[in-house]
Amino acid sequence: MLQIKNLHANVNGKEILKGLNLTVNAGEIHAIMGPNGAGKSTLASVLTGNPAFEVTEGKVIFEGNDLFELNPEQRASAGIFLSFQYPVEIPGVSMVNFMRAAINEQRKYRGQEPIAATDFLRLMREKKELVEMDNKLTNRSVNEGFSGGEKKRNEIFQMAMLEPKLAILDETDSGLDIDALRIVANGVNKLKRPDNASIVITHYQRLLDYIIPDFVHVLYDGKIVKTGDKNLALELEEKGYDWLK
Amino acid sequence: MNNLDKNNNISSISSPSGGLGEAGYIDLYTQHHETIKKHSADVLNLSRDGSFEKFRQLGFPTSRLENYKYTDLRDALAVDYGLNFSRIRFAVDPYNVFKCDVPGISSYLYFVVNDAFYPVNIERNNSLPEGVIIGSLKKAAEEHPELVKKYFGKLSEKQKDGLVAFNGAFAQDGFFMYVPKNVVLDKPVQLINIMRSSVDFMANSHNLIILDEGAGAQLLVCDHTSDDVRFLCNRVTEVFVGENASYEHYKLENVHNKTTNLCTLLVDQDTSSRFLGNVITLHNGLTRNNIEIDLDGEHCETLMCGMALADKNQQIDNFTSVIHNKPNSHSTELFKYVLDDSAKGGFTGKLYVAKDAQKTQAYQTNRNILLKASAKMRTKPQLEIYADDVKCSHGATIGQLDDKAMFYMRQRGIPESEARLLLMYAFTADVIENIRIDALQDRIKMLVEKRLRGELSKCEGCVICK
Repeated sequence: MLQIKNLHANVNGKEILKGLNLTVNAGEIHAIMGPNGAGKSTLASVLTGNPAFEVTEGKVIFEGNDLFELNPEQRASAGIFLSFQYPVEIPGVSMVNFMRAAINEQRKYRGQEPIAATDFLRLMREKKELVEMDNKLTNRSVNEGFSGGEKKRNEIFQMAMLEPKLAILDETDSGLDIDALRIVANGVNKLKRPDNASIVITHYQRLLDYIIPDFVHVLYDGKIVKTGDKNLALELEEKGYDWLK
Repeated sequence: MNNLDKNNNISSISSPSGGLGEAGYIDLYTQHHETIKKHSADVLNLSRDGSFEKFRQLGFPTSRLENYKYTDLRDALAVDYGLNFSRIRFAVDPYNVFKCDVPGISSYLYFVVNDAFYPVNIERNNSLPEGVIIGSLKKAAEEHPELVKKYFGKLSEKQKDGLVAFNGAFAQDGFFMYVPKNVVLDKPVQLINIMRSSVDFMANSHNLIILDEGAGAQLLVCDHTSDDVRFLCNRVTEVFVGENASYEHYKLENVHNKTTNLCTLLVDQDTSSRFLGNVITLHNGLTRNNIEIDLDGEHCETLMCGMALADKNQQIDNFTSVIHNKPNSHSTELFKYVLDDSAKGGFTGKLYVAKDAQKTQAYQTNRNILLKASAKMRTKPQLEIYADDVKCSHGATIGQLDDKAMFYMRQRGIPESEARLLLMYAFTADVIENIRIDALQDRIKMLVEKRLRGELSKCEGCVICK
């Protein structure tokens, strides 16, 4: 599904990713761990086409296509979803209008008709239940006045609505209490299918108690320095990152 | 002399030859003041010569004046406009005018064509509550001289503005509305101003709106232009909101870019009255709104909103003054601009709190988005507070669309152009929410969206607003 080869990327002229390689296949969950400043969030930003980041070298193939040929909205419509570390508040844009626009734009990209109003409402209802999201939240403006936990839940709700092929969860566990974490993780697990994949970026092993990864990678100084199974996460929790330097 | 409309054989249009500025109009008045008075009403003529003298002293405002430094009227005033002192009726097909109606809005409907009230018999206007008078100011001045005399000019004559003085000398008619004590109109009143002429034309009209104690009314003013000529409208509106009365004033400007729209809105609020103003510029040429709200009683509520969407070389300047003369009143101002291309915007928020207007609460916000580096916005809060127990705040921002929000939306699949549109639309949402007529709110939402999409936002299906 996704092949990243020798990826180098800069932000504000400073090299953050320094030759990163990673392959993700359908049905897999990959966890990416690493210390602050290793480049975890940069990877998420580069894969989704954030214009603040500059790719200087390397190649990313997604579903057989060169990812860098696509702009952010095309990547989204092709099936890449990012659960933001810091979801953005958009005052004045209602959640309902935002979701409808997103779904219909993605459908348009794939040559499908806009979703029927009744189907849309049914989908909203179903997916809200999945993440136990309050009705009041979807009547408000996007993320406006949401608590930290509500914002993260809203990210998973949007992921459920859009059904991406590749979901990138950037520090989705940060700022969540244990109940909210369980709900979010539960949502992610229910959305897992043999034909989709996830990249879970996290600082802590805690989330991986709920979302069981097939692979755990350690990102350090812009490269993946070690790859293992879920036990690697436990080892990191115990020993820290220093032993990998 | 200028032949105004060949097809209608109208010839009695006066024009200061060659657009001579003040001098041309001073000559014009000196030559034609008898005609002007003859075609107006006695009560409206009482202060006419006085206004003319005042104009002679003040002249037209120039950008050298502090209050006009964001608006340069030189080019607009250099045009050789026709004026219609003899009140020749301009041909307008009311059937076409009706299409300017907001769908779903049930209103009392009236027209002013250029600067003359245009009588059309509309059946639904016959159901006005007893005692309510709505119609031509000239006619009202003839039929109810005492009533008109009591209010006419009481606010405008205090102004030290050349445009208002000019209006006092030249305006012969306009719109009049009187709502008697404790009568609340069941439907909004809609006033459609249509500019229609085959030569460059200047209109001066005076509107007078009176709400007695406990009365209530909503007025929607729509400004439209029909012909492809240059127009200058100089309108003065005086509003008296009586004790415990409630008045909402919506102005929707949708005129072509050869229009200079100079509007003075003067509001006087009595004790415990409520006023909501909302001036929306969707499409224009050069617009200057002078808005002054006098809070002359305690416990008044004032909410003054406005927004402007401008591109190309459009200019919009809202100059507002809120004057707290008495204690315990609340006022809020909210103005938002989205400026593209080489559009220019100006906002001034004057707030005056008199020495004994204690417990005043006054808030002011002006937020602006510049979509291109070539667009310009100038904003100036101007607070003069002489009382010592007040809550006042002001905030002004000029910025661009939020990059983070743009990326967030694009990451969900929404294309850049659509994301920009949603953000701009969202930016104006709180002004639109302050429209308390549902059908109008829906209409404005639709028009704003179309405008932001770059489609000419005019009343759909309307023949008049080309």
